[in-house]
Amino acid sequence: MDAKVINKTPFVSTRNACKMCAPLGSSLAFKGVEGCTPLIHGSQGCSTYVRRYLISHFKEPVDIASSNFTQEATIFGGGTNLKLALDNVKSQYKPKIIGISTTCLSETIGDDVSSILMDYREIPGNENTAYVHAQTPSYQGSHADGFHEAIAALVKQFARRGEANGKTVLLGGLMSPADLRYLKEVMQAMQMPFVLLPDYSETMDNPHWDEYKLIPEGGTTMEEMEEMGNARAFIQFGEVLNKGRLAGRVSGSHHVVSAGDILQKEFSVTGYHIPFPIGIDNSDLFFDALKNISGKELPAEIAKERGRLIDAYVDGHKYIFGKKAMVYGEEDFVIALTGFLTEIGIDPVIIATGGESKLFEQRIREKTGTENSIVLSGGDFEQMAEYARQIGLDLIVGHSKGYYIARELGIPMVRVGFPVHDREGGQRLLHLGYRGSNQLFDTIVNAVIQQKQDNSPVGYKYM
Amino acid sequence: MALLEERKKQIATVVGANQLELDCGKKSLAGSVSQRACVFCGSRVVLYPVTDALHLIHGPVGCAAYTWDIRGSLSSGPEINRLSFTTDLREKDVVFGGEPKLYSALCELIDAYKPEAAFVYSTCIVGVIGDDVDAICRRVSAEKGIDVLPVMSEGFNGTKKDGYKVACEALAKLVGTTDVAVPEFSINILGDFNLAGELWMLKDYYEKMGVNLVATITGDARIHQIRNAHKAKLNVVQCSGSMIHLAKHMKEVYGIPFIKVSYFGIEDMSDALYEVASFFKAPELMQKAQDLVREELKDLLPALAPYKKILQGKKAAIYVGGAFKAISLVKALRLIGISTVVVGSQTGNKEDYDLLKQLCDDGTIMVDDSNPVELSEFVKEKSADLFIGGVKERPIAHKLGLGFCDHNHERKEALAGYLGMLNFAKEVHATVMSPVWKFTKKGRK
Repeated sequence: MDAKVINKTPFVSTRNACKMCAPLGSSLAFKGVEGCTPLIHGSQGCSTYVRRYLISHFKEPVDIASSNFTQEATIFGGGTNLKLALDNVKSQYKPKIIGISTTCLSETIGDDVSSILMDYREIPGNENTAYVHAQTPSYQGSHADGFHEAIAALVKQFARRGEANGKTVLLGGLMSPADLRYLKEVMQAMQMPFVLLPDYSETMDNPHWDEYKLIPEGGTTMEEMEEMGNARAFIQFGEVLNKGRLAGRVSGSHHVVSAGDILQKEFSVTGYHIPFPIGIDNSDLFFDALKNISGKELPAEIAKERGRLIDAYVDGHKYIFGKKAMVYGEEDFVIALTGFLTEIGIDPVIIATGGESKLFEQRIREKTGTENSIVLSGGDFEQMAEYARQIGLDLIVGHSKGYYIARELGIPMVRVGFPVHDREGGQRLLHLGYRGSNQLFDTIVNAVIQQKQDNSPVGYKYM
Repeated sequence: MALLEERKKQIATVVGANQLELDCGKKSLAGSVSQRACVFCGSRVVLYPVTDALHLIHGPVGCAAYTWDIRGSLSSGPEINRLSFTTDLREKDVVFGGEPKLYSALCELIDAYKPEAAFVYSTCIVGVIGDDVDAICRRVSAEKGIDVLPVMSEGFNGTKKDGYKVACEALAKLVGTTDVAVPEFSINILGDFNLAGELWMLKDYYEKMGVNLVATITGDARIHQIRNAHKAKLNVVQCSGSMIHLAKHMKEVYGIPFIKVSYFGIEDMSDALYEVASFFKAPELMQKAQDLVREELKDLLPALAPYKKILQGKKAAIYVGGAFKAISLVKALRLIGISTVVVGSQTGNKEDYDLLKQLCDDGTIMVDDSNPVELSEFVKEKSADLFIGGVKERPIAHKLGLGFCDHNHERKEALAGYLGMLNFAKEVHATVMSPVWKFTKKGRK
């Protein structure tokens, strides 16, 4: 297959999208804030569809309110509906924060949510709740962009200047609750005080309850978000972040700001911009950053995990060498996964994302060191399927929406990332660090081994 | 729990049949966290099972992404409907208009997938940015020689129910466009969506009786069948909320009467067969229907008995899309010894709720357009053992330690018909009797 880069789909339409809309990402990020109820300022369907999509993956109650636009609101503005929605959310949920995401509808009709909120705050009784809002029209970027937009909005609104607190801020990406718990565990093992934003490790993967909780426990607290302005350093996971939203905009002059940009520029916090720690190289970058910030060495347990991962790589390397894989998902997740697959000897021949950042292809080429893979920016599943049929694949690594391609081609599929709608446990998949990489590695190697074993005429018992 | 003041009229407790009326058919209250979706959702779910049509969603990506392959509607042939197509509008389209993109998208997709017709769904911003979807559809239709039908389903433009109506209007344009002769005892099935192959079971029942199906709208539907639907003598309508508009339209225009039926539970399933037989006033049909029912019940009743024995006295909460389905569920549950203590729906109408009122025991909580706050409170208050609902209700039940039975669009088990009744009993049994509950608070008591 010749080197080929496709940034634009040959079809004008999108066929089986490999992305969701921005309000989904922002609402998920808001779920990672303590005492927060997300609210989508748009039609009733926006919030219900997002809820349903998240529930099917996380298997948790996901209450997201809606301002439920009417015809009148569409013509005269959604301010009245938004205020009524805020009243009702407060009376039912008693949240500390309401995280508002705008939609294509409210942005197109030009609702000025900032000024609506300013008026609303002045009404007596409304000052005790915090309101934060992310601009997330679904015609700009993907759910990943919405996610980062919300984090940036939180940092912008809450970070304060004050006395240095020596904390390290971790700005998470679209990770699983298990990943977030792992990051916290690492920080504790390193004995480094930290703030993780967003932290939906509990709210989106709750234990069983004895009493129903309208707002689940857990999440980044308001105090923690304030402390971010005085942190010693921050680590921002991902390199593309919300820079993808530039694509498709009328003018390129819009200044894209990530949460890290704000901490760096407005609060002079030292920043480390690193990929998702998946695989040894990517994880080393993460742990090097931690060592740099803290001046400490790796705890013995983490060093052993790294050692075990190398041991696993050595034991399993030949089963996967040269296997051709397709990988897809959010840009930053795919960039890290591609690095990991390349590192273990798998050949990622189709690398796709629904996002549209120009950074994507550049980073992918750096990771693979080859021009010979198909890199789809702004790709969709039908496009991937067409390439997959031509190239011949051994393996698919991605979320559950690509299952139909694996089924058609009769090849194994390793489910990672979000969403996993056709299995249990998507919320508990660990991808990060030496430990997560080891689990991923074993799963991938075993998927390839099982394919061979299932198709073998001999039901062998040793490999 | 503090009920929202504006919601109080949509909640009632059954005390005799002459109580206050339940308010329904209203827009959801902003901020109430309704379990409903929007107008687009209503249209999309109804039209989704038309298997040989192209379904193009005109708008930004979300509406298409969240409805990709969303229903468990099976097809015996083409599966174009399982692909999710969207114009995926971007900011520049919003500013300069989405018409050129819509036109190109339609043309390329029709060329590539060769559908028998195309449905073009308008989402929220399409009207706002002023796209003339109608004109583009007419143009492409003329150029490509297939029907290209606009579905004006802007999300804000009413409720999910209004979306049903819009979908029916699109279907109505197809009905009556061919004229193929059909056998004497011919009906259409309206409002069954062939979830888990349920329609095929019904088809089998009706064919055994000697009744022919002209069109199934929209389970396993084909465009050519819908075109010829006006040749049927009777419309048999299930899920009356979604398809009643089409049934009324066909009565008005073609003089085809309709009956409302349900295929859930023994009683309703059997009535659905008998009513068709009595409509045709042909004794041989009735005889065959009675034979069929007798034959089915011969195995089914003994098979159900052990479940009834075990499940006797359990209490259920029901919250589903349409209230007509809730009515059947109350009856089906009763058949296996379970009483209903909470019942509600997203889109029920006055007639449905009046029926429910007659059917339910005193003390049952009835609710229209509910939300997680209310539902979690009601099931606790009534100590339900089981919840029957959809994807969004499942985690509420599970977090409260209640068994859960999926009665949604995605289900993989057929719950209609006689076999469906047994599947239903098995599923209820599997969830209520699982040993895992002993670890939860409810089980520890």
